[in-house]
Amino acid sequence: MANKITIKKGLDIPLKGQVGGNITVDNATTLFAITPEDFSGYTWKTAVKPGDTVKCGSPLLFAKECETLKLTSPVAGTVEEVHRGERRKIEFISVMKEGEQSQIDIDAKASVLDKIMTSGLFAMMRQRPYDIVPSHTEKPRDIFVTAFDSAPLAAGYITADNGKYLESGLKALASLTSGKVYLGVRYGSGITSSVAEVYEFDGPHPAGNVGTQIAAIRPVNKGETVWTLNAATACRIGKLISEGVIDYSAEVALTGPSVKDPHIVKTYVGAKISSLLDGELIPHEGHIRVISGNVLTGIKVRESDGFLHYPYTQITALPEGDHADEFMGWASLSPKKYSVSHAFPAFLRGLKKPFDFDARIKGGHRAMIMSGEYDKVFPMDIYPEYLIKSILAKNIEKMEERGIYEVAPEDFALPEFVDTSKLELQKIVREGLDYLRKELN
Amino acid sequence: MKGLKQRIDKIKPQFEKGGRFEKLHSVFDGFYTFLYTPNETSKSGVHIHDGNDSKRTMITVVIALLPCCLFGMWNVGYEHYKAIGQLDHNLLETFFYGLFAVLPQILTAYIVGLGIEFVVAQMRGHEIQEGFLVSGILIPMICPIDTPCWMLAIAVAFAVIFAKEVFGGTGYNFLNVALVTRAFLFFSYPSKMSGDNVFVSLGGAQGVDAYSGATPLGQLAAAEPGTAVTDILGNPLSFTDIFFGLYPGSWGETSTFCILIGALILLFTGIASWRIMGSALVGGFLMSLLANGCASDLYPVSFLSPIEQLCLGGFMFAIVFMATDPVTACRTNTGKYIYGFLIGVIAILIRCYNTGYPEGAMLAVLLMNCFAPLIDYCVVNSNVRKRLRRAQN
Repeated sequence: MANKITIKKGLDIPLKGQVGGNITVDNATTLFAITPEDFSGYTWKTAVKPGDTVKCGSPLLFAKECETLKLTSPVAGTVEEVHRGERRKIEFISVMKEGEQSQIDIDAKASVLDKIMTSGLFAMMRQRPYDIVPSHTEKPRDIFVTAFDSAPLAAGYITADNGKYLESGLKALASLTSGKVYLGVRYGSGITSSVAEVYEFDGPHPAGNVGTQIAAIRPVNKGETVWTLNAATACRIGKLISEGVIDYSAEVALTGPSVKDPHIVKTYVGAKISSLLDGELIPHEGHIRVISGNVLTGIKVRESDGFLHYPYTQITALPEGDHADEFMGWASLSPKKYSVSHAFPAFLRGLKKPFDFDARIKGGHRAMIMSGEYDKVFPMDIYPEYLIKSILAKNIEKMEERGIYEVAPEDFALPEFVDTSKLELQKIVREGLDYLRKELN
Repeated sequence: MKGLKQRIDKIKPQFEKGGRFEKLHSVFDGFYTFLYTPNETSKSGVHIHDGNDSKRTMITVVIALLPCCLFGMWNVGYEHYKAIGQLDHNLLETFFYGLFAVLPQILTAYIVGLGIEFVVAQMRGHEIQEGFLVSGILIPMICPIDTPCWMLAIAVAFAVIFAKEVFGGTGYNFLNVALVTRAFLFFSYPSKMSGDNVFVSLGGAQGVDAYSGATPLGQLAAAEPGTAVTDILGNPLSFTDIFFGLYPGSWGETSTFCILIGALILLFTGIASWRIMGSALVGGFLMSLLANGCASDLYPVSFLSPIEQLCLGGFMFAIVFMATDPVTACRTNTGKYIYGFLIGVIAILIRCYNTGYPEGAMLAVLLMNCFAPLIDYCVVNSNVRKRLRRAQN
C-alpha cells in the first residue's frame, strides 16, 4: 500500500482550454531544436556545424565544465542552424529531420550512468539545490520522480502502457543513488512500482511539483543533493536501458483559451511551434501569447519561429490582452475577472468554472503589502515571504537558514500568481539561486 | 470611453521624460492608472495573474469603512442637535450637518497626505501608491470632530513623512500611519485633543443646561466608581445606544454595529486577517473579564462589563481597521495570534489601569506595531531551528 499525502495549500487555476481525449500524431514537423538556456548550470559549447549529418542521440552541444555531459539531437537529419544571439550566445541548434530515423550506437556493456550520459537524457534531470542539471560526479542522496503534472491544463506525464519502461527506468535510477528512489503519483492513479518507494499525492497544484513532493517526503538539507525528474524522462531512461532505444518522442498537450480543439499531439522533443500550432489557434483580434509549457512556469515563444522548450510536455496559447484598455479595472464588478480573494464578484459564478485569462499583470508593481498571501498556496514548511526578503537582501546566511536549498523557482509560481503586489517571485528566486551558487562554489 | 482614452494618450508624451510636464509624470501616471488598468503584460515568470491588485485591496478597505463613516457623520449631527436641544431635525438635515462638519477634516487629510505622496513619488520616480487612500479616510475618523484643520494638517504631514516616507513608502513603514497621526495630535496638543469640549460639534451654539460633552470613557475616568455611563444630556446609555454608537467620541469609531459590517466585508474578501481580529477580541474580552473580576475603586473603568468594554471607545475600530493593517502587523500566522491577543489585552489594560489615558487602543496598537517584527523574528527562527535540527539528525 502506497503512502498517501494530502496537500492542502495550493490552487487549481480554472483556465479554459483543457485537453480532450483525442491524440494526434504529428508527421508534419520537420524542424527540431535544442535550446541550451533550458539547461542551466553549465556553459554549453557547440559540437556541430550547419550541414552536419546527425543521428538521434548525436551530441549537438557539450558542457564546457564537463565534456561528457551532452545535449543531443532528438531526431536524425541535418543540422540546419546554430543560431546565435547577442554576444554570440548560442540560442538554439536546429536539426532538419530527414531520411531514415537511425540512432547512435549504445555500448550494451557500458554502465547505466554512461548510457544515460551518452544518450543525452542525463540533462533532462535536475538537482536540488540550485535547480540545475546535476553533476554526474556527485552521488545524490535520493532521486525523486514525479509521475503527474498538476499545473494548469497539463496532461499526465505517462500513460498506463508506459508502466514497463517506468519500472526499468526506476530500476536504473536506483543504481545511481545510495539512497532511495521516490515516485510521487496522483492519488488513485494506480501507478505502482516495486523498485521505488511510492507516495500518492492528493490535493491541488502544486501537488505534482517535485519540490512539493520532496518537502513532504524528505526535505533537502544543507550539504545534500537530490536529483529530480518527471516520469516521462524516467520512461525514456527505462527504454534506453531495457531495449537500447533512444526515444525522444514527446506527448505534447496543446492547451489554453486560444486553442480551437485542445488535444495531445505526439511529436519529438524541441519541435517547431508554428508547425504544431498550424491551424490550431482561434483567430483573434489582438495578439496571442504562445507559451511553451504551462501558464505558471512556461517560456513565452514566438509563434512564427519558436521551438518547444524543456520539459517538452505542453503548449499553452492565450490572448495577450495588451489592448484591453480596461476602464477603472480596480472598480470592476465583472464576474469574469478571476480572483482567489472575494474582492471581485467572480466567486458568485463559482471559482471552479473555467475562466478566460489574458497575460496582463492586472495592476501595478508594489512593495510587499499584504501578508499571508503566499502561505495559502505554498505547501512547504518554509516562510516564503521571509525567504524572498533574504534573497532580495542578498543575505546568504539568512537564505540558507530559511530554506533556499529546498526550493526551485517553480515552487514560487502560485505565490506569484496570487500576489497583489505583482512581484516577479520566480525571477527573484532564480537570481537568488544563481547568486548563491556563484558565491559558494 | 474611447474618445477619453484617445485624448489622454495624446497628451501622455508631454508627461514623459523630456516632455513639457515631465515633473508631473507620477501625478499623471497616478491618474492614468486610476482611470485605465495598465495594459502591461507579464514579462517573466507566470503568464497570468490574479485580478486583485493593491488598488482594489485599498478600495475594498475604504468600502468597508463607509458604514462607519456615514453613521459617524449622522452621529455628529445627532449629537450636535441633541446638545443644543433641537432634536426635531430630520435624518437628512442631521446627516448633512455632520457631513459638512467632517468634510474639512477629510479634505485636509487627503490634500496634505496625497500631496506629500505625489511629491515623494515624483522625486523617487515611482508610481503613486495607494496606501494613503485608506489612511486619508481613517485619520479624520479617529480624531475628535472639533480638531482644528491646521493641527490635523501638521499631524498628517508628520506621520506621512516620518512614519512612512523616510522608511521607503507604502509597504515599508513599521508604524500605522493613521495612528501615528492620532498619537502626534494626542501628545502635541493634549489640551485640545481630550477632555469634554472636542467630541461634540457645537458649531458655535450654546449647549443646553444638562449638556456635558464627555465621552463615556472620559466620564468614567473622572467619576465615582460604579457610576453608569451617560449620554451628553446625563441620561444613562442603554446597551443598544452603546452598540449602535449613539454617544460622543472620535466620530468614526463609536458604532460597534457599523464596525462589524466593515469587519464582515474585510473578512469575507479576505483582506483583513481573521487571526488578528479574532485573537484581539479574545484578548480584550479576557482582560476585561479579569479587570471586572478584580474591579477596584481606584480604577473606575474596571467596573465596566466585558461587553461594554469591547463596544465603548475605539477598541473595536482599532482591532478591525488598525491592528489588521498588513504592513505594520505580524506577517506570520502564528505571530498574528500573539500580536492580536496582546493588542486586546494591552488596550484594556491601559484603559482600566492608567487613568491618564481614557482610551488605550491607539497606544496598544502602536506598541504592538513595534513588537511585531520581533514576534515574527521568533516565529521564523523556530522554523530555522527546526531546519537545523533536521539537518543534524
